Amino acid sequence: MSANLTLVAVVGVLFAAGVYLLLERSLTRVLVGVILIGNGVNTLFLVASGPAGRAPIVGLNDVDDMSDPLPQALVLTAIVITLGVTAFLLAMAYRAWQLHEHDDVQDDVEDALIRRRAERDEASSSYDDSAGGTMDEEGTDDASEAASRADLAASAGPEGEAR
Amino acid sequence: MNATALVPLPVVLPLFGAGLAFALGRSARAQRVVSLVVLALMVIIAAVLVYRADTDGPQVMEVGGWDAPLGISLVADRLSALMLLVSAIVALSVLVYSLGQGVVEYGPDTPLSVFHPTFLVLVAGVANAFLSGDLFNLYVGFEILLAASYVLLTLGGTGERIRAGTTYVVVSLVSSIIFLTAIALTYAATGSVGLAHLAGRLDELPDGISLLLQLMLLTAFAIKAAVFPLSAWLPDSYPTAPAPVTAVFAGLLTKVGVYAIIRTQTLLFPDSALSDLLLWAALLTMLIGILGAVAQSDIKRMLSFTLVSHIGYMVFGVALASDAGLSGAIYYVVHHIVIQTNLFLVAGLIERRGGSTSLERLGGLARLSPVLAVLFFVPAMNLAGIPPFSGFLGKLGLMQAGVDNGSPLAYALVVGSVVTSLLTLYAMAKAWNRAFWQAPNPVGPRETTDMHRKPVRTDSPEPAGRVAAVAMRGALAGPAAALLAVGLAMTVFAGPLFALTDRAASDLRERTPYIEAVLPGGAP
Repeated sequence: MSANLTLVAVVGVLFAAGVYLLLERSLTRVLVGVILIGNGVNTLFLVASGPAGRAPIVGLNDVDDMSDPLPQALVLTAIVITLGVTAFLLAMAYRAWQLHEHDDVQDDVEDALIRRRAERDEASSSYDDSAGGTMDEEGTDDASEAASRADLAASAGPEGEAR
Repeated sequence: MNATALVPLPVVLPLFGAGLAFALGRSARAQRVVSLVVLALMVIIAAVLVYRADTDGPQVMEVGGWDAPLGISLVADRLSALMLLVSAIVALSVLVYSLGQGVVEYGPDTPLSVFHPTFLVLVAGVANAFLSGDLFNLYVGFEILLAASYVLLTLGGTGERIRAGTTYVVVSLVSSIIFLTAIALTYAATGSVGLAHLAGRLDELPDGISLLLQLMLLTAFAIKAAVFPLSAWLPDSYPTAPAPVTAVFAGLLTKVGVYAIIRTQTLLFPDSALSDLLLWAALLTMLIGILGAVAQSDIKRMLSFTLVSHIGYMVFGVALASDAGLSGAIYYVVHHIVIQTNLFLVAGLIERRGGSTSLERLGGLARLSPVLAVLFFVPAMNLAGIPPFSGFLGKLGLMQAGVDNGSPLAYALVVGSVVTSLLTLYAMAKAWNRAFWQAPNPVGPRETTDMHRKPVRTDSPEPAGRVAAVAMRGALAGPAAALLAVGLAMTVFAGPLFALTDRAASDLRERTPYIEAVLPGGAP
């Protein structure tokens, strides 16, 4: 099977750029990344379909000259799905902007709570402090349990946990 | 009677119902009737399909009239039909539950008209994924159910749900992209996307290429099924959704991933080079998931972690790739769909009754509501695998399969699954003790300093009469009780059910019933 090298290179570039953007914090950039990778996959389907040929319409062209119709059908479906998902992500990014004035992907509140507790040594009473606490660079203040909870609840507002 | 005509109905009916429910968006009552009728019909159809698939072999429908390698085929064999039946039952129970809860949860901040159509689309996507006979249709099924799940997870668009939704949507998108890329590569390598067709053609490929395809498919499905290294998204995104939504997600969505793993592993890659990798993944999923659950102080989050943990049991059965292992895995999937959904529904009831799901806020619920205590206790013990229950039977089957396998890694998994069961028991007992048994919390259960979520308003916006209130409570507790009964029935009818899963497993191992049903003339 012969593959079109230009198309393969295009697929590679689209994927690389898309993955880079997916790793960003901002939802809008993630969205652009998704669109790029989506188009990369669609191009990959064209590569998979083999050499280009005439339109696959029976009676109009000779069967031997036709390009493979199945990947085209699959790509059409994939494009529609990408469109729908993109619209949804866009709406979500906009809603996040409305609520928080930014559209960053936020950390989980409960994770942050557990992390803080680990820093404050609250999780385990048998924890040996002399063995070298590795996790209390920040949370060394000896606030009471109630105070720390209230503090957390306040800081876990719309801004989410500090990143 | 020809049952093949029934095969596409589980996909078509909910989609049609979704459209109808949208058109009837102004009338909540009409929407309820449509959803209830559609899902009740689905249960009946799925039951017929299980019977036909068991007696007459796989039921195949060529959609569009083109024969198999060219056209799209929908296949209901023993495994898909069984999964379809369980998911239809679960979906119906969750719908009834959400009707009971409806006025409160979906009242002011979310338009009622969105929930029913989206829920039906979700069910259609799940059915499509179970029935599809080719990889691309499977992808479409996944996308249908994912799109619906995005909407359900972010219902109302509150800050917390948008936050959880972002993680969920991005992770799901990544897995979809990997899946779609795998399909493109598979098509490039073999020139087909039909599962039955691929079964023959993948064997002829060089080992390296088929290994790559297997890895990519496995990665995509493992993200959806929340197998360990790819499971971190789940406990963050599920607990924030409304209780019925979390319940149906926990029951169905991850299991669709597990189903896809079972289907592709057995049909496409029967002599898997990756079974050791899968066994390791299963072990780590079990242990790390349950350790996460033990650390949680919130019931919903704890249940999300046990969900991850118990996916490990299913992967264990699949990785063993023996008749007994697969049979155990299928039984466990069926058991787990029912039990996990049940537990999340009860968690929703606890949230309504106690005003929170945080174990530090709850207490004394056993006295306040003895029925609720029983509703939580039985499925919790079932999940932990206490002997008479179905969880015990499923785990026992898997452990026997592991011992039969005899390799050191399989023995390690048997030990790991015992440890996981015990830790599940510990987590469940802790939750039960704290929430139900200990004296009421001095802070009071309705104290609203709980940071996890706003307190649920237990008052109904429209002043309903006493009868309506009782009916509503019945609609909430009824489905939980019904699922509890289904879970118990799986113990009582364990013999026939295990016989059925045994037959399904040997079908999967032989491969020929599926392939011959889809391609009667053999692969061209």
